[in-house]
Amino acid sequence: MKHNIYVYMIIMAAVTYLIRVLPLTLIRKEIKNNFVRSFLYYVPYVTLSVMTFPAIIEATNSPAAGVVAFIVAILLAWFGAGLLQVSVLACVTVYIIELFL
Amino acid sequence: MWTNRQAFRNGIRDGIPIALGYFAVAFTLGIVAKSAGFTAVSAAIVSATNLASAGQYAGFTLVRDNAAYIEMAIMILVTNARYMLMSSALSQKFDPSTPFFHRLLVGYGVTDEIFGISIGVPGKLNPLYPYGALLVAVPGWTLGTFFGVVMGNILPGRVVSALSVGLYGMFIAIIIPPSRKSKVILGLTSISMVLSALFTYMPLISGIPSGFRVILLTVAISAAASILFPIKDDPYHADDHATDAIPDETHQKDTIRSTDHEA
Repeated sequence: MKHNIYVYMIIMAAVTYLIRVLPLTLIRKEIKNNFVRSFLYYVPYVTLSVMTFPAIIEATNSPAAGVVAFIVAILLAWFGAGLLQVSVLACVTVYIIELFL
Repeated sequence: MWTNRQAFRNGIRDGIPIALGYFAVAFTLGIVAKSAGFTAVSAAIVSATNLASAGQYAGFTLVRDNAAYIEMAIMILVTNARYMLMSSALSQKFDPSTPFFHRLLVGYGVTDEIFGISIGVPGKLNPLYPYGALLVAVPGWTLGTFFGVVMGNILPGRVVSALSVGLYGMFIAIIIPPSRKSKVILGLTSISMVLSALFTYMPLISGIPSGFRVILLTVAISAAASILFPIKDDPYHADDHATDAIPDETHQKDTIRSTDHEA
């Protein structure tokens, strides 16, 4: 069965909004539970890691270009490059490598 | 606290660099949306109503895979879970006398970047400050997505292939700086990637749909880390780490503080 794209869009918007607005309106006090705070703190790093690798290798026309872009992006970010720089230079890396393949 | 006019103007000023970054990243997101079958207008609507890079990316891939609605809801919940912590922190920045409806409106725009500049404001938060920033940042994000879908049609395959790593580059730029500072996060990101690769390629378990793979690994690894390495610092501090990826961050906070002194 093919799902309706508009239902997907409504779910995405509604869940995202509720996540943001419920703490703002309901929880007026600081979260004290250490497990919950730790969990919420770690979630973005884990989920971004899982979504990035190995997907970055499968996104490009040639996996080799994806591997090199992955390494280049990590090195750039490690040595202090910002969001936009890392993003753009990863793209440039793939473009240059795929010129030679 | 600033006057309303000051807050709104400062918000617009600080929102401009955010809008430029958003445009570029949203462009690559538009390419993902197109591959999932979205039209430019639909994708732009998703961007305007979500304002969430990782969440939207996950959502687009689930639409592409024709995932179940409940899978979509859980996925959005998990990938955007960090906004819960940010909103919780931001709720402390509100002056008790601020009318309630502002919480409903500010809640719409809690992104890593808007949160970062809002929490950096001295004293209580005048909601007109995030409104000013959103006024320029939201069009940047929405138009970027729109043009990503449209131009994805026109651009040669080689360029699309190159642009498709843009979003991953941004994710890497978010996770690496804190990994450099904290051995725990470095270990977490490494283990997450290894397990993700294992679950993607290993026979038998590679059959798990990609959406559930991400949810399963995120919840399991984050829960294990929370038990083994509970954080000690307060959420405000913890959130500073999350926004460290933006280089202008500290500079912007300094600017805001110095402006405040003059005022």
